[in-house]
Amino acid sequence: MAKLNVNGKTLDLKVDGDTPLLWAIREQAGLTGTKYGCGVAQCGACSVHLNGEVVRSCSITVASLKPTDKIVTIEGLAPNASSAVQKAWAALDVPQCGYCQSGQIMAATALLKKTPKPTDADIDAAMTNICRCGTYQRIRAAIHLAAGQIAAPAAKKV
Amino acid sequence: MAIAKNVKISRRGLLLGSVAASGGLAVGLRADGQFAHAQKAIGASGDELGVWVVVRPNEQVVIRIARSEMGQGTLTGLAQLVAEELECDWKNVTTEQITPGQSLARKRAWGEMGTGGSRGIRVSQEYVRQGGAVARTMLLQAAANQWNVPADELTVDKGIITHGKSKRTITYGKVAAAAAKLPVPDPKSMKLKDPKDWKIAGKPLRRLDTGDKLDGRKVYAIDVKLPGMLNAAIKACPVFGGKLTAYDDAKIKDMPGVRHVVRVDATTVAVVADTWWQAKRALDALPFTWDEGAAAKASSATIAETLKEGLTAEGDNGANRNGDVAAALKDAAKTIEAVYATPFLAHACMEPMNCVAKVTADRAEVWVPTQNGEASLAAAAEASGLPLEKCEVYKHDLGGGFGRRGGTQDYVRQAVLIAKQIPGVPIKMIWSREEDMTHDFYRPISQCRMAAGLDDKGSLVALEMRISGQSINAYANPSVIKDGKDLRQLQGLTAEPSDAYIGYTVPNLSITYAMRNSHVPVGPWRGVNTNQNAVYLECFIDEVAKAAGKDPLEFRRALMGKHPKHLGVLNAVAEKAGWGKPLPSGVHRGIAQFKGYGSYSAAVAEVSVSDRGKVKVHRLVFALDSGHVVNPAQVEAQVEGSVAYGLSAALYGESTVKDGRIVEQNFDTYELLRIAEMPPVETVLVPSGGFWGGVGEPTICVVAPAVMNAIAAATGKPIRSLPLKNMKLRA
Ligand code: FES
Ligand code: FES
Repeated sequence: MAKLNVNGKTLDLKVDGDTPLLWAIREQAGLTGTKYGCGVAQCGACSVHLNGEVVRSCSITVASLKPTDKIVTIEGLAPNASSAVQKAWAALDVPQCGYCQSGQIMAATALLKKTPKPTDADIDAAMTNICRCGTYQRIRAAIHLAAGQIAAPAAKKV
Repeated sequence: MAIAKNVKISRRGLLLGSVAASGGLAVGLRADGQFAHAQKAIGASGDELGVWVVVRPNEQVVIRIARSEMGQGTLTGLAQLVAEELECDWKNVTTEQITPGQSLARKRAWGEMGTGGSRGIRVSQEYVRQGGAVARTMLLQAAANQWNVPADELTVDKGIITHGKSKRTITYGKVAAAAAKLPVPDPKSMKLKDPKDWKIAGKPLRRLDTGDKLDGRKVYAIDVKLPGMLNAAIKACPVFGGKLTAYDDAKIKDMPGVRHVVRVDATTVAVVADTWWQAKRALDALPFTWDEGAAAKASSATIAETLKEGLTAEGDNGANRNGDVAAALKDAAKTIEAVYATPFLAHACMEPMNCVAKVTADRAEVWVPTQNGEASLAAAAEASGLPLEKCEVYKHDLGGGFGRRGGTQDYVRQAVLIAKQIPGVPIKMIWSREEDMTHDFYRPISQCRMAAGLDDKGSLVALEMRISGQSINAYANPSVIKDGKDLRQLQGLTAEPSDAYIGYTVPNLSITYAMRNSHVPVGPWRGVNTNQNAVYLECFIDEVAKAAGKDPLEFRRALMGKHPKHLGVLNAVAEKAGWGKPLPSGVHRGIAQFKGYGSYSAAVAEVSVSDRGKVKVHRLVFALDSGHVVNPAQVEAQVEGSVAYGLSAALYGESTVKDGRIVEQNFDTYELLRIAEMPPVETVLVPSGGFWGGVGEPTICVVAPAVMNAIAAATGKPIRSLPLKNMKLRA
């Protein structure tokens, strides 16, 4: 059993202590927006916020967490995808397959919290998540858009 | 037997007919691969207008999609094409996936479902546009009937029908029910719009499928939850072709959550538990013995030796020849020779292989990320032993495909074989990343021996290429190899006309293929054989240009007079990149062009190489001629994506073999490009019209050679093998 605070709710999860947070979130809490990509802290698909910091949930065990630790997953980021990062992602049509994007959005959100006006070098250093579809160019632009460093493109009207 | 011979589901994949046949099943597919636009056939819903469109009374337009969406944007592009002819309001458009079972039940009314070879749009465009036109015709006819006026007096814009003479208007939603009762006109009789008149197609519209990718709502197959579902982790013999001899399930039976330990087939075992993590943990603790077989002695070195022998062996498995290369090389004023090599590569889709299966005595269902729903259906039928009609496939959008999840549906087969042993219980099988990386169908390994002859003016008079390497068809599709000839491995190097033919005219040319297969399974990998072949041709052409003392762009142009479309993209990219203009100190350019998937691509890379041999790509510029462009914003996204995939391969990608198995098991050893190494990408689209080329794959093959040529320009030394991480670029 473990008590975890996920997206503001305290959950009692029937789970062994050595279970990675990723799998507790996906299989016990039933929140599948957080993805499995590598299981070894390489890809960032499993990124969540732990007390405001972005972490790779595949490599943190449930036993290492306290009930007071605040875990936020992509589902708990903002109602109706209304955060600045999510809106920028939508405006620039960032996702391709989308599988890595929960993790990308969590990483970008954490970056902007610390560094509201990031340089390209800040982005390079903070955004180490893998995207196999190669959406990096748009991710970079969307971070600058969310930071208010560039203007939104005019949406094409039909 | 009612099985059609060689019904081609995917050029890349297996044949549904043959799989169905081996499962003892009969399906009534048409032998010519054509399909009937079913006219209200079995299972037709009462509100459809032809097979592609449903209009609801609330004006919602449902466009049906038969192809798979794996990020490439085909879903949006196909909807744009239908909506264009339908003349509906784009705001009202939603989409709906056809299931393979529905398709079969209606005699494949929606055509081919396979999504590979960059064919999603180019092969469907005509019949989906006809489908939109059919629906429009029916809606207009219904309005005409209601007003008792001739249909040709009506006009329509954004789903509002107008009769100008009587100044009456009515919306699609209001006449949809009546329209659905009318006879469906022959799609072939529809007159399609000239692309220059497009209003919805051809425009950089936003994707229709972005919303649920932003907040975790999207349900990939790996996220499916079904009542009573159990989870399976799986392990196959690490040596391809080896066998599972024994495992000791007593050791793990009592571990938390474990329900079953199941032998899947001769090579594979699965642990089924309440959660996947429990299954995986137990599987890791399960003692096995394998019979690794003869292949356990194979290594990258032994495979390289086999390939090397093919470089000079007699005979060939396919060729493109003209003139007399041997004589011309002998008479040449100058000859240049080189041997190139490229490695096996794993796909590394972000979403690992997975499939949910539920099997009962008379039904098999799978929920699966698939590029080829019909191949999934065939795999489910074969593995369950049930006829195709008793199987169904629920296609989930893929977390990446890249050719891995096409014709060969090994993971569907496995999931069904597990679920069959636990009847009625849905089983979600997920491969660990390690399983995924070590049981892929790898990009085929090859080597290429090249020779060129220059005359005394430095013109190319002879070019010889001898490719020795593994064949995808030999592994996945052996029946298409006739008389030992397998031109697929010469993709991009064959003679005109073809989907991918060489853009140079050389008076004496010999390009031959020597098939040398290993025990490692191979398959299509985004761009397939254009990748390796473009490296060989385009890097060697640069070597030859240098030997001739000529500029690589000018040297190419001189060979391309008879290939204006290849030349068109080369010129376009050179202009956009500012070829010949000064660059910052230390930065060098490289250029490459190639044709694949019916489209013409060219790239210019700007690269610097540090004193310690570290490569930095500063800029990549592309030109692409795909004939038509359905959504320029999505085409650009595909070009950008091809850079990340292609550069990952060029810089880092290799799956090596030791003791018969793949060494690189996860992203710590199979490094992939991250944002810091992604260069700015600029794309010029130069659609020249009159043909429909692909988009997802054509540009990837020019990424590596453009970068390699720029590195050679920087260091003065040609790069002849990949990945670059293994090369010492500075002395
Ligand atoms: S799944 Fe956690 S970093 Fe890849
Ligand atoms: S969008 Fe597909 S992996 Fe990033």
